[in-house]
Amino acid sequence: MLPIDPTKKLSFNRCIMYGDLVIVYERYDSMKPVKVSENGVLQNRFGVFKHSNWIGKQFGSKVFSSKGGFIYLLAPTPELWTLVLSHRTQILYIADISFVVMYLEIVPGCVVLESGTGSGSLTTSLARAVAPNGHVYTFDFHEQRAASAREDFERTGLSSLVTVGVRDIQGEGFPDEFLGRADSVFLDLPQPWLAIPSVAKMLQQDGVLCAFSPCIEQVQKSCETLKTYFTDIRTFEVLLHTYEVREGNLGSWQDSDGCLGTLKSCKKRHRSTNGLENSSPQTILARRNSEARGHTGYLTFARLKCDM
Amino acid sequence: MSTKSSEEILSANQNPRITWEGCSVLLDINDGDRVLFARLTAGSKVKIGNKNCSLQPLIGCPFGSSFQVEVGEEGPFLSRVVPSTEGNNLGEKMDCQNMEECRDNRTLVDNNTAQSLTSEDIDDMRRKGATGDEIVEALIANSSTFEKKTAFSQEKYRIKKQKKYAPGVLLRRPFARRIVHASLAELQPSHSETSTSIDQLEDACDKESSPASDLVNMEESSNVNLETVSNLAASPKTNKSIKAGEKAPLEAIKSWKENGFSSLIIAAPDLDAWSIVKELVPLLSYSAPFVIYHQYLQPLATCMHNLQTEKMAIDMQISEPWLREYQVLPSRTHPHMQMSSSGGYLLSGIRITAIDQPQPN
Repeated sequence: MLPIDPTKKLSFNRCIMYGDLVIVYERYDSMKPVKVSENGVLQNRFGVFKHSNWIGKQFGSKVFSSKGGFIYLLAPTPELWTLVLSHRTQILYIADISFVVMYLEIVPGCVVLESGTGSGSLTTSLARAVAPNGHVYTFDFHEQRAASAREDFERTGLSSLVTVGVRDIQGEGFPDEFLGRADSVFLDLPQPWLAIPSVAKMLQQDGVLCAFSPCIEQVQKSCETLKTYFTDIRTFEVLLHTYEVREGNLGSWQDSDGCLGTLKSCKKRHRSTNGLENSSPQTILARRNSEARGHTGYLTFARLKCDM
Repeated sequence: MSTKSSEEILSANQNPRITWEGCSVLLDINDGDRVLFARLTAGSKVKIGNKNCSLQPLIGCPFGSSFQVEVGEEGPFLSRVVPSTEGNNLGEKMDCQNMEECRDNRTLVDNNTAQSLTSEDIDDMRRKGATGDEIVEALIANSSTFEKKTAFSQEKYRIKKQKKYAPGVLLRRPFARRIVHASLAELQPSHSETSTSIDQLEDACDKESSPASDLVNMEESSNVNLETVSNLAASPKTNKSIKAGEKAPLEAIKSWKENGFSSLIIAAPDLDAWSIVKELVPLLSYSAPFVIYHQYLQPLATCMHNLQTEKMAIDMQISEPWLREYQVLPSRTHPHMQMSSSGGYLLSGIRITAIDQPQPN
């Protein structure tokens, strides 16, 4: 997923080989991860696709099934991975992820602590941000979940950047080996305030913490605990509106000959139009999608007090 | 944050979390009222309020430390403020009180007579060498309404007076997020609010500027904050970056032509999005992502439609992030009253190959 290996630096430009992870784009909002294998076959509503036909094609290619249906083969990125990973828990999405990575000031070489690992959605982006010489240490108290996450990082080629540990961070805190070493810490725990004293010990001076909590009562309790060790405590929520775009022909009231100038009536006029009089130009129309994620969680950031 | 400085750190084996002479810093004045760049040299100065202060005392201090303007015999100077536990005690005091808070503003009459200290009195205190904090305490002691205020509005009053009489400076590392907000504030003073679109763009920049990659910065406008551009371009993350305004070496251009770019970010608020996109998207390698920022929706809608019709990209989305900040206090939690309601729009997508016919197997 990442150009860590210099020989594979231009990963997008590389041709597809056996063993590659590709993101199959079936249509908008329908994607799945596929490992390209010698006798592999992908079957979906668009037909039967043999993996062997994909070999040597560039990422970004359109490939066809025997019955003429098509899909696109995309190179994996953390953004796409977030959309296709298997949900073992509630996950963080791109808007929150971008804001977290930015606010935590994560750059190549950083040491980042995270708990819980969950489905590894944020972890994947954290790994890219610290690459090639930083590291993400992520902890989950659920043994099986940690194991699945490890498998995923193996699959996405990030295992050299991420270490998954099994540990109850709320109960035990982060391991002592990270004392004063972490550049930033991310918490997605039901009771983050229990882990905050440990976070204060792990962070380097001026280091930043982020706690993600869906409920305001959790935020309230976290902020009260944060006051003892941290400053610049700020809580945000990132809402994302998406827009749909279509080409339309809005009828003019003057042209309508008494009919209502609706989008439907344009079609009729369109057919009969040869003269310039009637042809109102096609317009690009945009409107907000009526469905949106109304809430994901509150993001509370804080900076370790500088007491040197 | 410049490459040269990071080399300096390495050679001197210096702690990058402590400032050194000649390093670039961000100064956060009065808790975000003003954020500006500065280079820490013995001679550099900053103007806070109506006072010019030397930045000399900031050299050798850890990032994150706070300073206050004090007036000494040789004029105003910046003095390090050691964090006390006062803030926490106050917080606890407020916690206990707020539940059974019985004070309210029913007796408050706004007739400008609450403060018995005059500006002449304050000037007089200053002449006698009173510190900013002492003036704030005097103002509180001489306010007839202070005791009647709720603990929360007492705190508000204190902060307001502190900003005026004891302005503070916070020493920050110049990270991308902070640079953006500092330069945004300089470019458009009305947009100093945090803007998520910019964060997402900046995050995209960060992602793409890992040490193994080239960051090419095309700048068409001449009135952009050049310091910002060069600061970003010279960040240690990009060891091969082409500096703004410099011509790329032929070798690099050849490599880009052959391999294509692995991502594209466009933020050109005065240009028609499609006119740039149709020239630049073909330079991307297939499967590479792009993000286009615009402050208006319509140019992006047209652009998205054209990309769709020309079958140049898939997975396209126009989104508008809204960053909502919350005030979190015991029993007083709510979204901020004042905030930016839109930072602009983003069109994102993935470039695909142009071949559109089933190929004979």
